[in-house]
This record gives sequence, structure tokens and C-alpha cells, in this order.
Amino acid sequence: MARRDVALDPASAPVHEPGSLAAAGQRIFVASQWQLMWWRFRKHKVAVASAVVVAGFYLAVLGADFLAYADPDASEAQRSLMPPQRIHWFDGWRFSPHVYAVTGARDLQTFKRVYRADPSQKIPIRFFAEGFEYRFLGVVSTTRHLIGVDPGLDAAHTIFLLGTDVQGRDLWSRLMYGTRISLTIGLFGVIVSLVLGVVLGGLSGFYGGIADTVIQRIIEILRSIPTIPLWMGLAASLPRDWSILQVYFAITIIISLLGWTELARVVRGRFLAMREEDFVVSARLVGCSEMRTIFVHMVPSFMSHIIAATTLALPAMIISETALSFLGLGLRPPAISWGVLLQQAQNVQTVAISPWLMLPAVPVIVVVMAFNFLGDGLRDAADPY
Amino acid sequence: MLAYIGRRALLAIFTMWAISVLAFVIIQLPPGDYVTSYIAQMASMGSVVTDEEAQNLRIQYGLGQPIYVQYLKWVALIAQGNFGMSMEWRRPVTEVIGERLWLTVVVSVAALILTWVLALPIGVYSAVRQYSVGDYLATFVGFIGLAVPNFLLALVLLYLGFVLFNAHIGGLFSPEFQDAPWSAARVWDLLKHLPIPALILGLAGTAQQIRIMRANLLDELRKPYVVTARSKGLSETRVVLKYPVRVALNPFASTIGYTLPYIVSGSIIVSLVLGLPTVGPLLLKALIAQDMFLAGTIVLMLGMMTVIGTLISDVVLVWIDPRIRLEET
Repeated sequence: MARRDVALDPASAPVHEPGSLAAAGQRIFVASQWQLMWWRFRKHKVAVASAVVVAGFYLAVLGADFLAYADPDASEAQRSLMPPQRIHWFDGWRFSPHVYAVTGARDLQTFKRVYRADPSQKIPIRFFAEGFEYRFLGVVSTTRHLIGVDPGLDAAHTIFLLGTDVQGRDLWSRLMYGTRISLTIGLFGVIVSLVLGVVLGGLSGFYGGIADTVIQRIIEILRSIPTIPLWMGLAASLPRDWSILQVYFAITIIISLLGWTELARVVRGRFLAMREEDFVVSARLVGCSEMRTIFVHMVPSFMSHIIAATTLALPAMIISETALSFLGLGLRPPAISWGVLLQQAQNVQTVAISPWLMLPAVPVIVVVMAFNFLGDGLRDAADPY
Repeated sequence: MLAYIGRRALLAIFTMWAISVLAFVIIQLPPGDYVTSYIAQMASMGSVVTDEEAQNLRIQYGLGQPIYVQYLKWVALIAQGNFGMSMEWRRPVTEVIGERLWLTVVVSVAALILTWVLALPIGVYSAVRQYSVGDYLATFVGFIGLAVPNFLLALVLLYLGFVLFNAHIGGLFSPEFQDAPWSAARVWDLLKHLPIPALILGLAGTAQQIRIMRANLLDELRKPYVVTARSKGLSETRVVLKYPVRVALNPFASTIGYTLPYIVSGSIIVSLVLGLPTVGPLLLKALIAQDMFLAGTIVLMLGMMTVIGTLISDVVLVWIDPRIRLEET
């Protein structure tokens, strides 16, 4: 049955304010649980680095429109499928990042558009440049972007750090907006799963008996069903005329409907391990209500485990959304997500000619790895005793 | 032992029932039914379907009746081996799915076998030579395998194959065998094409199994009986392979139940990228066209396949693990 991990010893429950004169060795005995966890977590260097990466990605979610320098929906046939530009950091010996102007022409033999860089025309990259108008953090209306070019230049004189797609939309800017949607959908999905997992796992672990049997069987059934065909079926049945926001939430719910089982398993295990602990029994004997026993005494002591399990569940959510959108069953254009961007890379011929269309795969892989390492580190640190 | 297998079989039956309901619900969810999409399709081709015709079609497919009647009708027909007509293809569903289902099975099983064949020796090596260069390499490749979604891996390999070797690595058959009748040459052709899809599908599972094998074997290797065996002068190979590996193999077998749904699931999307003639591309098409019997049958069959595979793995586990075999429950 449940693993009996070392549970929280009531004697060493959160004690704050370590005496300032205490020796280094004694600090450990008086440190709070979260402090011990932080010390343990800090030792896991890869996990700390991953935490920084994840934080960076979520900063990009907040400031997507600041990091983008072009309107993600602005398309122009004149610059269809432009390859990424090279940034030249120095002009002679002076630091002055610039790119070369690009002229496009149609190759009369292959009818492909070919682009040639013109080294004589340097386009300087400006920091905090003027661009399209947006609301920073949804509040402050501004036109400043991290980078950009001098205003008033035509299409041939702009920047395309990562190239453009078939419709001539800037890939970097679209990637920034895609990050916003892909990472928040994962976050909301995991929150819904968490609620389901804690409620059902809690019921299962705290009461046991029939509730436990039924919920455990449901989990086993859900886990033995291949998820992608089911997701595809559910996602395909969403009405075609729904707005982006409606589809967004529907996809979130579809993904989390099957994603809660692992979280429920962790919560149940914790409840089972803790149900008979002295501090829980005494809380009950003193006359605490069931609610109080659960939420004041039990939940805080395995909060850290829940956080770790949640972190480990997030990458699966992100991959699910990407996979569904990639198939054309998840989010649909004009919504932008990593999966939607990767849809353009479905065809080998296209990718062979314009390999930069595969670039949205990079953030998917990086963020999934970062979450995995972070989750591992958190799980190791979750039980500091 | 019988009680254990009986319990698992009962659960499998429940799971199948749940899958059938889910498959049916999925089919019923979209607004409108086959007739509405059929009318739209005909209209786009310039012909008009009269109300009377539409009504006849609805009756023919039993679309007017209450949902549970439609469900029971569907299940009853399936029990007789009649999976209905594909409305899109105007042919029986079984005929449309045809060998695609078997190819799905072949690809999935190949991925599962490859998972084992790779994970077992690499896991043992990683544990025995802990912290060696090989161990770190296996860990690194393992993390890549876990982090890269398999359809992206397929995409990247497809691209590399195209750019580096100018070869199309997708598909399960060479063009000349595409529609050829089965023959030894065709089977050989299939076997030649199998490793790449199997590798792509199995990599994540392999990575996981390597971790499990490594962790379990490391636990076993520290036990006193291993020290005893070594001090008695057994060769290192024997010390490792005779008992610790056998014990560590256990959890290895019990995870098939979770690996198989994952592989089957992944085969759908990887097939789309690599253009494999499995049920994957068919399912996507059917769902988009709201071809309810075809989509439902595919979801149902994939589910059944997984359930049966899991049940087999349970039986294998009983056979390997005496603790379950001898348990009196």
C-alpha cells in the first residue's frame, strides 16, 4: 500500500527565529521546514538553474508584447519565408548591432522567393524602440519594445531575427505570443488537475473504504486508456465557431480531465501515510472538525509534495496542448501557440526549404526539460527530515 | 494467483465498457450529425439534398432515436462483429480500417520490444558502472528522450534524413510494396522500415525504463547477498546477472501496463508525421469529417488493444513474480 515516508515530527514543526548566537550546526535544528527545503534544494545545481529558466519563460509570458517587435498578425506577401537574419554586433570597432537590408526577388526558374542580404545597407537595431501599440502587463498603454528599428522604414528595412512564415509574419514575435498561450494553458490545466487530484485523492486517502476503491479503479481505468485518441475526439467535437477564449478553456479542461490521476495518487499516498500520525490523531482527539484537521494540520505538512508533483505534471500539459494544436484539433489560428506555429512545419518539403519553421520546437523542449529537472529537485527537497 | 488474474480480468472488462461509452460520447458530442455534414458536403459540390432524402438517411442510421438506444444498438452490432458503415468512405468500417489496425499493432509491439531490448542492457550497465561516462551518457540521452515529444523527434529525424541523406525515412513500405499483396518480400520491406518509427515511439519509454532498472539494480547491488556471492568468488557477471538483475526485472515488467497506452497514444500522432499507414491518419480524417462509426471504432479498437496488452502483461507479471503467484487472496 502506501509508502510510509518520514513524516513531519510535531516537535520540530515550524520554529521561527533561530537564535542569532546559535552555532551553524544548531541552525538546522531550529530551521523551519521551508528553510530546510530551500537549503536542500539549493544543493541541486541543475534544479536551481532550471528554476531560473522557468522563471525566465514566465517573464516572457508577462512581457510577450514588449519582447516582440512586430505585430504577430501583420502579414505581407513581399517577405514570405524569409530566412533568419544574422545580427552583426560591431560596426568596425564600435558596438552597434545591426542587420543588413534584404531584397527579395522571385527566382524565375524555381518560382521560389530568394532573399539576398545587401551589406551596403545597414539597419541599426535600436533598444527600447517605438513599435506597435500595446498595453504593458495589460495596464499601461505604450509603444516601446525591447528592440526595433527606426520608425518609418519600409518592409525591406525591418528585422527578422528568426525569419518569417509563409504569410510573411515575423516568427520571433509570433513565438513570444505563442509562449504566452502555451505556458498559461499548461498552468491553468495543471490548476484544474490539482483541484480534481486533491479533492478525489483526498477523499480516497482520508476516508478509505468504498470511496477509495471506486476512485482507485477510476484512476486505473483512466490510466490504461490511450489518451491522444480520446483527446483528439473530444477536441474535434468543439464547435468550429467558438471564440479563441472558449476554445482555450475547453482545451484546458480536456487536457486536465485525464491529467489529474497522478496528482490524485500522490495526495492519496500522503493522506494514507499521515492519517495515523500522532499529530493528526491528537488534533482529532482535541475535537478539531474534519475540515480543520485536513486543511490546518494535514495539508500544510504535505504542501511541498503537492508543489513538486504539480511541477512534474506541467510539462505533460504543455506537450498535450502542443500535440493537439499541431494536429489542428487544439487551438486554431488566429490563436498563436507553439503547437499552432509547429503546424506549419508538418510537411517535410516545407521544412527542408525553410528549416527555421521548426524553431518553435526549441522552447518546447527547453521548457519541458527545465520543468522536469525543477520538479525532480523539488521532490528531493520536499521531505527535508 | 487465479484470484489475482480474475481481478485484473474484471477490471479489464470494466475498462472496455468505459472505453466504449467514452468512444460513443465522443462521437455524439459534435453538434449536428452525419446527415448535416453530408448535406453541407453535397452543397459544396453543387447538389442539393431534399428534406425527404435527409429524413431517410437519418432513419437509416438510427440518428433520430434517444442516445442510449443508439448506444445499445451500436454495442449490439459490435458484438455481432458488425462495426457499421463508414459514411465518408461508403464501405464497411472493418474494410476501411483493414490492415491498418494490424500495422498499428505491429508498430506498437515493435516499439515495446525495442524499449526492452535497449533499456535492459543499458540500465544494467548504468547501475553496474555508476557515474561512468557511459552512465552519464545514458542519463543524458534518457532526459532528451523524456523531454522531446515524440512527434517533434519524428519531425527532426525526418528533416535530417531529408537533408543529410536525401532519403524519406517515413512510411512503412517502399513505394513498390505500398499496395502489393502480402509476400515474404513485403514483410522484409516492412521490417526494414520498422526500426525508425519504433525507436521514435519507444525512446521516452526506454528512458524511463533505464531509470527504473538502474535505480532498482542499485538498490539490489547493495544488499548483503550480493556481497556474499562476491566473497564466495563468483565471477562479476554471474554475481550481477544471477540474482540482482532478476529481482530488479520485476517492476520493469509491471510498468508495461503504463507504457503500452503511452506508445499506442503516441503512434497516432507519430504516424501522422511519418506518414505511416496505421489507424492514426484515418482517425484524424474521420474526426474532421464527423464520420462517427469509423472514428468510434478506431478509438474503441485502440482502447481494446491497450487493455488486452495490459492484461497480458499482468499475466506475465504473475509468471515472473512468485510473490504474486503464491499470494493467497
